[in-house]
Amino acid sequence: MATTLAKAAEDTTAVSHAARIEHVSKSFTGPAGSQLVLDDISLDVARGEFVTILGASGCGKSTLLNLVAGLDRPSAGSIGTPGGRPALMFQEHALFPWLTAGKNIELALRLRGVPKAERRTEAERLLELVRLGGAHRKRVHELSGGMRQRVALARALAQDSDLLLMDEPFAALDAITRDVLHGELTRIWHETNVSVLFVTHNVREAVRLAQRVVLLSSRPGRVAREWTVDIPQPRRIEDAAVAELSVEITEQLRGEIRRHGQH
Amino acid sequence: MASTEVRDGVTKAGPSPAGPDDLAGLEAGLDALDAVEVRRTPLREILVKKVVPPVVAIALVLVVWQVLVSARVTTEDKLPAPSAVWTGLSDMWLQGTLLDVIWTSVSRGLFGFLMALAIGTPLGLLVARVRFVRAAIGPILSGLQSLPSVAWVPPAVIWLGLNDSMMYAVILLGAVPSIANGLVAGVDQVPPLFLRAGRTLGATGLKGTWHIVMPAALPGYLAGLKQGWAFSWRSLMAAEIIASSPDLGLGLGQLLENGRNNIDMPGVFLAIILILIVGIAVDLLVFSPLERWVLRSRGLLVKS
Repeated sequence: MATTLAKAAEDTTAVSHAARIEHVSKSFTGPAGSQLVLDDISLDVARGEFVTILGASGCGKSTLLNLVAGLDRPSAGSIGTPGGRPALMFQEHALFPWLTAGKNIELALRLRGVPKAERRTEAERLLELVRLGGAHRKRVHELSGGMRQRVALARALAQDSDLLLMDEPFAALDAITRDVLHGELTRIWHETNVSVLFVTHNVREAVRLAQRVVLLSSRPGRVAREWTVDIPQPRRIEDAAVAELSVEITEQLRGEIRRHGQH
Repeated sequence: MASTEVRDGVTKAGPSPAGPDDLAGLEAGLDALDAVEVRRTPLREILVKKVVPPVVAIALVLVVWQVLVSARVTTEDKLPAPSAVWTGLSDMWLQGTLLDVIWTSVSRGLFGFLMALAIGTPLGLLVARVRFVRAAIGPILSGLQSLPSVAWVPPAVIWLGLNDSMMYAVILLGAVPSIANGLVAGVDQVPPLFLRAGRTLGATGLKGTWHIVMPAALPGYLAGLKQGWAFSWRSLMAAEIIASSPDLGLGLGQLLENGRNNIDMPGVFLAIILILIVGIAVDLLVFSPLERWVLRSRGLLVKS
């Protein structure tokens, strides 16, 4: 961990951002001709910053994450991730069922080039970080939904990337588990100093987690508005301050959605 | 819960409900509540549910067979008694030829199958992963599966003569398409999510094939191997029956053909039963355990 922090501190002098999205547009060619999904998006994620992207369906949030992850290319504009390939976490855990929990993490380490002798200890450490020490030999199907997402988080962290992209990672979990994982993510974000770009359609989740909330409009996705959230962590989703800001953002989001019903 | 509240109320000490220690405790509780129990089936249950039914079925077939013989439905030279087949079996055993005959065929079958595996696997990967190759030979490869492998025996005899290489050629032509097609089907069924997850982890190109595509396609691949073995064995028997020559060692196919030539019906029955037993035994001892192990380790084996 010390090396990661030292590396992060050293790199900060060179670049101040973990991701820079500049004038990015993306269109897909469908049966109805070319469709613009993202329109001129510009967004920076500072080093160590936690940003959530919020929007209704059709705003292209997942498309944007895929572009940042390098799984797809933008039609226009550029995306820079100075820390190399970002880690990506999906709504589905995407753990490989032919490997144990520990081996899933070890595979990520192996693909990153970590020598064989260190992989086991490093995987154990990451499992401890998500409070799943002792789950190394567990099969994926033996874990609960929340445990799977924690292993998936550990596997994403195993990439030792500066930037963690999260695509609605808690959307499929029950409310209690989601609540707990919000707490865990905040703690791990503090401990690892990783930058997070988190996509969600859940306003309270966005406010609960982020330092900055970016609202995208739908069809095409454009940056509609940004909020800085300065409520001190640890927050809870029930906090009055969280609720208050959520109401304000929800109003704006509903306004964006209503525009689509008017023509 | 009640006692905790009282204690907190009195002491005002200890971790606050939102503190980190509380989160850990909450999480441990959730994990315990959600933990999935995995139960192993006891041996007795396996015996009752898996072994008894087929044994009963075999006994029933033997009884019906004996009844038909006793009722003299047809002559002895068309339907031999089970005891006559048994005598043939014990004679071969006493002469020491039984295991030799079986081994001659099984070793051919296994060697041919392994060659088919070595050719069919890269071929399947190529067809599955390279669009041009798929468009070019994909339909031919699946079409070949419907071609009975006996059809390959005449040309193989002309090309290669009456020898072992001709047998292997027939096995390969029968089994390679099955194995390759199984792998193609397996690769096609790999969830795109795994491929995306693999790519974000840096598993692209050959690394992606080795670490993600192959293991993810394993269930389909195994089904292909299983079918490939069945095709290998069938092709081999066709080749052994049609192409008998003193130069070739005596295998099960030749045993069957000899029985026909000598109008030795118990011998014919014995050969058919042995061919069937080898086919079932390889499936039961090799492929079924392999398949079960793969499915169980992935949580895909649903217990009733």
